[in-house]
Amino acid sequence: MTGITAAGLTGASAHRKRPAELNVLLGLIAIIAVFELLGWLLVGQSFLLNKQRLMIIILQVSIVGIISVGVTQVIITGGIDLSSGSVVGATAMIAMSFAQASTGPAPVYAGLTDLPVLVPVAVGLGMGALAGVVNGSLIAYTKIPPFIATLGMMVAARGISKWYTNGKPVSFPTDSYAMIGKGIMPVVIFALIALLFHLALKYTLYGKHTYAIGSNTEAARISGIKVERHIVLVYAIAGLLAGLAAIVVSSKNLTAQAGMGMMYELDAIAMAVIGGVSLSGGRGSIIGTVLGALIFGVIISGFTFLRIDAYYQEMIKGVIIVVAVVADVARQRKRSRS
Amino acid sequence: MSDIILETRGLTKRYGGVHALTDANFVLRKGEHIAVVGDNGAGKSTFVRQITAVEQRSAGQVFFDGQEVNFTGPLEARESGIETVFQNLALADDLDVPSNLYLGREIIKFPLGPFSILDRKAMRERTLRALEATAVKIPNVDNTIRNMSGGQRQCVAIARAAAFASKLIIMDEPTAALGVQETAQVENIIRGLKDRGVPLILISHNLRQVFDLMDRIVVFRRGRIVASLHKDETDGNDIVSYITGVKGGSDASYA
Repeated sequence: MTGITAAGLTGASAHRKRPAELNVLLGLIAIIAVFELLGWLLVGQSFLLNKQRLMIIILQVSIVGIISVGVTQVIITGGIDLSSGSVVGATAMIAMSFAQASTGPAPVYAGLTDLPVLVPVAVGLGMGALAGVVNGSLIAYTKIPPFIATLGMMVAARGISKWYTNGKPVSFPTDSYAMIGKGIMPVVIFALIALLFHLALKYTLYGKHTYAIGSNTEAARISGIKVERHIVLVYAIAGLLAGLAAIVVSSKNLTAQAGMGMMYELDAIAMAVIGGVSLSGGRGSIIGTVLGALIFGVIISGFTFLRIDAYYQEMIKGVIIVVAVVADVARQRKRSRS
Repeated sequence: MSDIILETRGLTKRYGGVHALTDANFVLRKGEHIAVVGDNGAGKSTFVRQITAVEQRSAGQVFFDGQEVNFTGPLEARESGIETVFQNLALADDLDVPSNLYLGREIIKFPLGPFSILDRKAMRERTLRALEATAVKIPNVDNTIRNMSGGQRQCVAIARAAAFASKLIIMDEPTAALGVQETAQVENIIRGLKDRGVPLILISHNLRQVFDLMDRIVVFRRGRIVASLHKDETDGNDIVSYITGVKGGSDASYA
């Protein structure tokens, strides 16, 4: 049998789109170029050719970066997670209370000091995952919008972090716990987590189903994908990564406080969106999010480098987030028209 | 063993007080291609939805491949060998062609529960073979479905059904939104299925297509089957008379 060569069927390949990640990379390069130029003009030194600055750029985004890897997956399913910052606060407090050294003053659990590092790590990851399971179950089984479910968790988890010690910080971790977030460890952990979930999204059933659900939930269901179970899993992973970020940040700072992780959720979402992850689901990648995180880091460092006031930094950060979402919406409209 | 692949007896569906489908007696033989025609709201899609268990019937029996079946959902119907090309396509726009073909039945290279590693190469190769077998031409299967024309998307949906249907394919107006050339390609695929002996139920408004491709024509009117005719014993005008109710009383019943 011979197939019909339909001329009309070959047109689509011609306007194949540039991958979104490439655009983000070009954006990153452009932003670096601008800072480099302004650096020579205004400050009289190179922005990029400074090892210390490069390290800071990556270091300051790596903790929120860990969260954004989880948030990216949630957004790909068509959801959102507003709770990650508060979950960081609550899990940091709880994990730290199991990581205290006997040498410190007034530990939370006087009988439970000097525990092996595995205990606070397991507690932190477990609490984070639990918060994620609650989020995911609410969304998958009660069908309430992800925005509302995770908003509830955001408020509740912040409450837990304040209630846990009546607002008092938890400090003086054991040496081994303090190692987790020391030096460049946050960067290493961020890189490993990003690599792991890049592979999971690209090469496993998990990734395929995550994209399928975000792309067309009904098609996924008809095709036999257990949509509800998968959504719970994705939110559980996002919660687990928030728990991991809590461990790293509390270890790095040698203390946990009730206000920890404030606004991390928005920074994490912003990194994903700047990295080309579509808020309407189905599209985006960990590579994009990592590039988004780097853009974030470069902008913050760049402003500090140019000695621009911190207030302006926040304002401009807000503008960048809105621009990224506008670009995403414009892309959608262009696609649905064609 | 008989040569009947699908039979419905007294198939009935009511939505509250509305009788969408009444006492449908229908027989499909192995290798047979049957057209289901009728006006909008005549019960064609309702009929198909009861067979594929997208909805649960109010009364009646369905026999498939020699035994009575009570599918609880479309997935079960699919697992027993009934593939459906839905009107709304049921494709994931952001995935490429192999991912769509194998959605929900991915080939696994290394089992790790939900994190099982996909055999992307095997899925891609088998996709190319499936497209070839159905004479579907897609310039680049690695493109996402979103970037494809309506005809290409429809071809992907049909190729998916054709690749996996072991026993029966149901198509709900597959060419309704397509251009001339794209329609020709879909019709070519249907001819290929006929050659391969895969039974098919085609819902269509296009009588030219129905007479070109199908063996038998079943006419629905007001939720009832009013005619079941071999294409050689009827013609377009005859079918239209049944569709519009000029011919065939509402009490007609065909086995």
